[in-house]
Amino acid sequence: MRTTYAALVAAIALSVFPLYWLFVIATRSNDVIGDWPPPMTPGGNLFANLGRLFGAEEAYFLTGMINSAIAAATVTVCVVFFSALAGFAFAKLRFRGRNALLLVILGTMMIPVQMGIIPLYMIMVKFGWQNQLQAVIVPFLVSAFGVFLMRQYAERAVPDELIEAAYVDGCSTFRTFRTVALPALRPGAAVLGLLTFMATWNEFLWPLAVLETDNPTVQVSLSQLSTSYYTDYTLMFTGALVAILPLLVIFIAFGRQIIGGIMEGAVKA
Amino acid sequence: MVADLHVRAPRTAPDPGPTTRWWTRADRRVSPYVFIAPFFVIFTVFGLYPLAYTAWVSLHDWGIAGETGFVGLDNYATLMADPDFWNAVVNTLGMFVMATVPQLVFALILATLLNQPLRGRTLFRLGVLAPIVTSVAAVGIVFSQIYDRDAGVANGLLGLIGVDPIDWRAGRLPSWFAISTMVDWRWTGYNSLIYLAAMQTVPRVLYEAAAIDGASRTRQFFSITIPMIKPSLIFTVIISTIGGLQLFTEPLIFGQGDFAISGGSLRQFQTVSMYMFENAFRDFDYGYGAAVAWMIFMLIMVVALINYLITRRMR
Repeated sequence: MRTTYAALVAAIALSVFPLYWLFVIATRSNDVIGDWPPPMTPGGNLFANLGRLFGAEEAYFLTGMINSAIAAATVTVCVVFFSALAGFAFAKLRFRGRNALLLVILGTMMIPVQMGIIPLYMIMVKFGWQNQLQAVIVPFLVSAFGVFLMRQYAERAVPDELIEAAYVDGCSTFRTFRTVALPALRPGAAVLGLLTFMATWNEFLWPLAVLETDNPTVQVSLSQLSTSYYTDYTLMFTGALVAILPLLVIFIAFGRQIIGGIMEGAVKA
Repeated sequence: MVADLHVRAPRTAPDPGPTTRWWTRADRRVSPYVFIAPFFVIFTVFGLYPLAYTAWVSLHDWGIAGETGFVGLDNYATLMADPDFWNAVVNTLGMFVMATVPQLVFALILATLLNQPLRGRTLFRLGVLAPIVTSVAAVGIVFSQIYDRDAGVANGLLGLIGVDPIDWRAGRLPSWFAISTMVDWRWTGYNSLIYLAAMQTVPRVLYEAAAIDGASRTRQFFSITIPMIKPSLIFTVIISTIGGLQLFTEPLIFGQGDFAISGGSLRQFQTVSMYMFENAFRDFDYGYGAAVAWMIFMLIMVVALINYLITRRMR
């Protein structure tokens, strides 16, 4: 048992160290880079580095943070709402073609995203959306994974009796969804929301393709830092630290729910 | 709550008059389609249509100025004779194997450790999952420094045991190794939680019976645990295949500077996704890029099929 704990502590040290290291270097100045042994404690340079980060002309870091916040929030709200709506329909309503359409959704989950980005880019050009924030929002407002997840959840969490009762009370289908299904779906929706927010915040290839460096998302800003300032390690580390801050906050506040969501999804898969 | 409503419902139910009846019927019939419509509309426009169109574009000479002629399978023929493409395929497959095999083995070990009566188990699970919440680009930046030739921690540690500094970006194997560790660092914990969830559904009596029969812990692991969690193994193998063969961000950030998209000065760590991006969005050769995109799809299908066959035959 003691070896189990020792091994686990070692594993966690490995998984947490790069994050700690990220913080340490972000608080230092560039002259400690390359020192041996490397610095292991935070220094006092964080605010100076932050100032340089937001002043770095080629990175547009503040724009990147704001863009990512807007995109991730919009995508999250829409994905959760549309997924709950469709998931509820697939789990609880009877209609012709239901199983076939559900199969279509399952099939689309297997398709690699990168496959369609060249025509997607052409569509954006046609709409005049290159370098516009909506280009990284609108295509991602729905998610096959989300619909599937909410369908699985609704199957168990929304009792048929409640729907019947609401119908007898004269509720429309949408009102039934809003007053009966949505409250019951809330825990599942929360997990989906967290995962969607993190995924959107981390999206990289598509924003890199469709946005210019003067109107980036935060990940594009980071990559810009790593091309234009790649010798300036403290600057890059400070950028990386700021970029993961929202994710860290989410993880610390909702880590348990995320673990629960991953493990529950795994058993059903 | 359920029973409560059920009893109350008939009493408060309004008598559906003739005017509400057609409306209710229409509502019941149409609403399901309205509910699923947003998904299908948006997905068709921004998901399905681009996918099909990729095939069309790949059959043309298609540049930034638009389509300049139907060329049939010419793009694919060029691709088959393109050494840079095959180089990218080799890199992608190499890093895929180098990253995935240790990742899944470590995840299994980690899950076995976590699947014991532990004190503070939530804390352990959180610790293991922490890497997944960081952004890929941030991971790339941290590991880029760790693997720096002159100032990196990796070479510093190697120096302690008397190994000469390695130029991690210069050669194929060192750069593959460095990039693989980034992928592993990020995904091992996630996979271990998936295995853990599966392990917890294995009935305890199986282990007890095996223990009575004198089976060692190792024997129990290979004869009970592995077969019982096989669906999860297949799931993680497929997910890692889809993700691993689309590897893009880690090598791009690792590349730094001007050679980023070509994966080093000699393309030593350029993946197929990077090659597609280079053709489509740096050289604006959409037709050729679309052909590469289709090859990524084919590659994923082939490897997924091979993996599936291997995993299925496993005991």
